[in-house]
Amino acid sequence: MKFSFTDEQLMLRESAEGFLSEYATSAAVRQAMASPSGTDEALWQRLAGEMYWPAIVVPEDCGGLGLGMVEAIIVLEQLGRRLAPAPLLACTQSVLALRTVAENPGARALLSQLAQGQIISLAHTAARPHWGLEGMAVSAVQQGQHWRLAGEARFVPAGDNAGTLLVAARIGSGCGLFKLSPGESGLTVTKSPTLDQTRPMATLQLSGVEISEADCLSECWSSQLDTVLNLTRVLVGAEQVGCAQASLDQSVAYVGERVQFGRTIASYQAIKHKAADMMLKVESARSLLCYAACVGDEWLQGSASAQELTEAAAMLASSAGDAAFFCAGTGIQLHGGVGITEEYDIQLFFKRARAMESYLGRPDEHREVIAGLLLDKVDSDAA
Amino acid sequence: MQLRFTEADEHFRAQVADWLSDNLSGEFSAIRHRGGPGDEHVYLTERKAWEQRLADGGWTCIGWPEAWGGRDATIEQQVIFNEEYARAGGPGRVGHIGETLTGPTLLAFGSEVQKERYLPGIRNGKELWCQGYSEPGAGSDLAAVRTRAAFHEASGQWQITGQKVWTSLAHESDYVFVLARTDPAETTHRGLGFFLVPMAQPGVTIRPIKQLTGTAEFNEVFFDGALCAADDIVGEPGDGWKVAMGLLGFERGVSTLGQQMLFQTELDEIVRIAKANGSARDPALRQRIAEAHIGLRTLRYNSLRMLSGGDDGSLSREAMIYKLCWSSWHRNLGKLAMDVLGPDAELLDGEPYALNRLQSLFLFTRADTIYGGTNQIQRNIIAERALGMPREPRGQI
Repeated sequence: MKFSFTDEQLMLRESAEGFLSEYATSAAVRQAMASPSGTDEALWQRLAGEMYWPAIVVPEDCGGLGLGMVEAIIVLEQLGRRLAPAPLLACTQSVLALRTVAENPGARALLSQLAQGQIISLAHTAARPHWGLEGMAVSAVQQGQHWRLAGEARFVPAGDNAGTLLVAARIGSGCGLFKLSPGESGLTVTKSPTLDQTRPMATLQLSGVEISEADCLSECWSSQLDTVLNLTRVLVGAEQVGCAQASLDQSVAYVGERVQFGRTIASYQAIKHKAADMMLKVESARSLLCYAACVGDEWLQGSASAQELTEAAAMLASSAGDAAFFCAGTGIQLHGGVGITEEYDIQLFFKRARAMESYLGRPDEHREVIAGLLLDKVDSDAA
Repeated sequence: MQLRFTEADEHFRAQVADWLSDNLSGEFSAIRHRGGPGDEHVYLTERKAWEQRLADGGWTCIGWPEAWGGRDATIEQQVIFNEEYARAGGPGRVGHIGETLTGPTLLAFGSEVQKERYLPGIRNGKELWCQGYSEPGAGSDLAAVRTRAAFHEASGQWQITGQKVWTSLAHESDYVFVLARTDPAETTHRGLGFFLVPMAQPGVTIRPIKQLTGTAEFNEVFFDGALCAADDIVGEPGDGWKVAMGLLGFERGVSTLGQQMLFQTELDEIVRIAKANGSARDPALRQRIAEAHIGLRTLRYNSLRMLSGGDDGSLSREAMIYKLCWSSWHRNLGKLAMDVLGPDAELLDGEPYALNRLQSLFLFTRADTIYGGTNQIQRNIIAERALGMPREPRGQI
């Protein structure tokens, strides 16, 4: 048992901190927000070409670094701290999706592309009202040598920047996974304006899109979808911890400078105690993040159960979702009047915290998952 | 980052579990799960005998150096021992103050004579200790202690005069360590001494404090010229604060996972009742039960981070939030227990004031957010030491 980062992992964190403090500045974030793509393309080229971050969880035999979830969360936490306008979460999710079908040659080719910095997004749901298979609104029907896909997918991260789309579609009561080019006839990709402008999303409309059999990566993908969503929740948790940490840091810095009644407001206990509560939530979420990343790695190595992963992801999503929203919201309060201005960054973290809190399930929905595991299980001794 | 224990550690775990299941039986069956916080006043004779059984098996003071009868156990082994001890229902340890506070303090700051004199009694489970820190006028502001220690030239001994409070197990203890003022001109953390004082003497009087639970774990201890040998001061006069703060550092750490095992049994009981009485179908209670589960797991991973942290002894961020985290969690658990019990929470097991385990939990956990540094003091510590915010100004009264 050694529940702390290795020297290599600490070095990775340090280099991520240094790189992003130079290239993902507040000015760069705001510039990307105002651009048509919503993404800082130069930053993405750098972090893919120089830092190799999209390759972190890509297996070595597909040209990746062959590292794990712990390394992925280290980098994503730093991206969350900076609201870095780069689709690393979207691409890492796609890597995890493709790893579930890694025996497929088409999937292996896509993994190599991801490792080299190609943007590939996963579209899996319309989220009406629920995420995952329940909310899936694209269907696939086999017709001879082809598949026909029709329906709608929403909340596709970086969807309008993607060179390739992975689309999960209903087949009977389950689902399959398909590979699509954005130029496919019958497919419309539209950028969706979002409350959090640092994270572009797209909507896909599919009306009778025809796909060759070779582009069906799996016909039986529903349990894999659950897994991918749980692993994605771990990645989201990393960004949330980063977002919460940044909200705390910026607030502590601000109250340390703001003077009222002849003293810095940081010297008031009412302010100090709020900051302490923020730190408590950040560090608690961070502990669950480390745990969930370890379980994620064990899952990838085949030594954790699906229930362990579900539980870890739900605990983290509940804790980190609350932590980010609490810290950003309290951060605005500690900033006072300037907290609601466009000029200060705390409002950007507040919007990100809200967006991430409901992405792939609200904290209370995740607690209901935990409640189900604890309370609805039939006792084996009672049976 | 490695979540699992090694094979060697798991082997050690099995060894501990085997010994406990062999020994925590027969005459000791009755004290399983008893004597924990809020229940420290029960089965004292049996628990003292158990302390010696543990000592004979080599299971006291396992983290101490082998030269003083310990096992030089690693942090992981100490964690495992505490986990298995709690899992087996090991009773509250009457020797825990000596083992976890006095011993490490003497190993770090004590003279060779003091180590020779006191460590064997703690290690063999025969001499019990209690602590003399808080006073009626020195709670959160511990450095304001007024108990005086004066060196009496004629007898060649220290004479201690004053009052300590919140001393658990005082009437069962052989010794007390006392933070007392050696320089009467000082009122702050300067001019203090750390003394090792025998309890069985005319100058020491104990008065139990009856609590809201109707029981009395805590005591007031009055010192009226109590005597302490010249060489039973740890360090020099004036070193008391340094020694006392070092001791508080030993309080954290390896025992936290054992404490969490105890918490888990409480949560398990609440879950069992919720399933039986229908509370498990109430959406609001489901949220709170899930939150309690997540909170307890958070404590576990906070602890593992804390224990895996740097070996330089400095307090990490995880360590600074730990007290605030567990005390708030435990207090909320007490309230959750009442709400899951519903109307039945109000009914006692009997006269005059027989509380069940969950009623006792509900009442006693109100102390958790107060002792060992209140939640408000913890927030000050976090804000000042972890976040670098300005220190509280001192008053003049």
